[in-house]
Amino acid sequence: MFSPENLKRVEELRQHYPHSQALVLPVLWLAQEQFGSISTETMRYVADLLRVPFSHILGVVTFYTMFHQKPTGKHHIEVCTNISCMLRGSGILLQYLEQKLGIKPGETTADGEWTISEVECMGACGGAPMCAVGEEYHENLTTEKLDRVLAGLEKH
Amino acid sequence: MEKLLLPDTKDLHKVDVYEAHGGYKAFRKALGMKPEEVTDEVKKSGLRGRGGACFPTGLKWTFMPKQTTKPKYLCVNGDESEPGTFKDRQIFEFNPHLLIEGTLIACYAMGITTAYIYVRGEYGKWIRMLERALADAYQRGLAGRNILGTGFSTEIVVHKGAGAYICGEESALMNSIEGERGYPRVKPPFPAQYGLWGCPTTINNVETISNVPWIITNGWEWFSKIGSPKHPGPILVGVSGHVNKPGVYEMPTGVPLLEIIHKYAGGVPGNKGIKAVIPGGSSTPVLRGEQLEGVCMDADSMKAAGSAVGTAGLIVMDEDTDLIAVLARIAEFYHHESCGQCTPCREGTGWLEKILKRFQSGQGKQTDIDMLMDIANNIEGNTICALGDAAAWPVQSMIRRFRDEFEKRVKLQRIPAEEEAA
Repeated sequence: MFSPENLKRVEELRQHYPHSQALVLPVLWLAQEQFGSISTETMRYVADLLRVPFSHILGVVTFYTMFHQKPTGKHHIEVCTNISCMLRGSGILLQYLEQKLGIKPGETTADGEWTISEVECMGACGGAPMCAVGEEYHENLTTEKLDRVLAGLEKH
Repeated sequence: MEKLLLPDTKDLHKVDVYEAHGGYKAFRKALGMKPEEVTDEVKKSGLRGRGGACFPTGLKWTFMPKQTTKPKYLCVNGDESEPGTFKDRQIFEFNPHLLIEGTLIACYAMGITTAYIYVRGEYGKWIRMLERALADAYQRGLAGRNILGTGFSTEIVVHKGAGAYICGEESALMNSIEGERGYPRVKPPFPAQYGLWGCPTTINNVETISNVPWIITNGWEWFSKIGSPKHPGPILVGVSGHVNKPGVYEMPTGVPLLEIIHKYAGGVPGNKGIKAVIPGGSSTPVLRGEQLEGVCMDADSMKAAGSAVGTAGLIVMDEDTDLIAVLARIAEFYHHESCGQCTPCREGTGWLEKILKRFQSGQGKQTDIDMLMDIANNIEGNTICALGDAAAWPVQSMIRRFRDEFEKRVKLQRIPAEEEAA
């Protein structure tokens, strides 16, 4: 169930689009923000809320890479390995991160703290190599700088 | 050249500062003109789209029907996902009001009552910056109902993507706004006839729209004299890869690529030679370092050199770069991002990736080179949208221009095997 704030937000969103199906992406974003991931129950809930078939919601959730059906770790580190980052050493960074955390891309540490993902271009090629943690971009990374980023996150 | 899109003015993202520097004057001026006059001004300016296709913007606007009972829409494309492209993010962060003002002018010119600014989901932080700026514009009565008492109304909505390169393709973008999977549509019908919810729609890139206020302020003649006559205006060039100072640089169109690399971006680290350059984002055909002399950042010059301006995301690769690894990574990207509707792209991009990864790991065969070319040729032009072409062009151009690299790799691999046999 959505929080009262999110229900209010859904009503506001309805003003911006002529058809409720257009709310699928914005509402799935709200759901992911509130619940951390989008479970089957959440999809059913969104389907009912927007009067859209469940199969449609499932289709959308599985199409877009940013919607997660399973919860990620508390800190989700997304490392870009596309060309501009690759040319500037993203491979070394990813390897370093894998060794440091003992997990592979797509995995979460046993304590649920860290998830690593290898991602496509994030639009930060001028600051390559980079990673994103949540919405925060960390650019011009070296292994030392990455250590500092991780240390900073550990405190939270 | 004075910087127009990304000037150095401090705090320009704030509405007060933006207005103090002449912001929203272009919009006020446009409101005093007839809508057709605004479109005409943009048409005569020669502005061409900055999202990759270089299509004349004003001409696109004229495709919108004047007499229609349906609502009309504008989509501003800020999906920015082409590898090597990172320019629109600068506009969201440093000059969001320029984008909003351009959007308002475009809406007025085409009689549009709702504009959706579609921004890729990864830019969550920048979406908030844009939304803050938009809230200020609304508060000042510059957007919404009965703008500045003129009776003209238009809503601007920021729509957040969710991680799909294909949504930068205009028809996939519309489907995404409609709450669908990002599947491109068959054209025709074109968006101006049958776009969002079947209504007339225009789709323009963020940077394109951000040029519009300047055209209105200073006139089409002034704009048409900036840079290359057939592709005029300022352009944001993103330089990445092996350069000393990667970043987004604003310049007039038509600056030589070598000047961009050496003057703007500080040259190649260690003064190494340039082996290859991808001039306009990962889908544009690769150029050999030796052929860069005289090639400029405008549509004609780039076409003559056998490539394209694309999104002006210039990726520089020094003499030590493993181009097969680069191409394998590009192929992996297009395979990952193919939406899966069309067989040539869905299957072909996977084959390209597989063969190139095989090459990369030392298992490439001489016949693979022609097979890669054959697959790419069979994808190009045989799909609903241009993603298929975008996947094919890097492979075709890389093999055409660097066949020696592929053949060398095959030979290198052969030697140990032959020794083993002996």
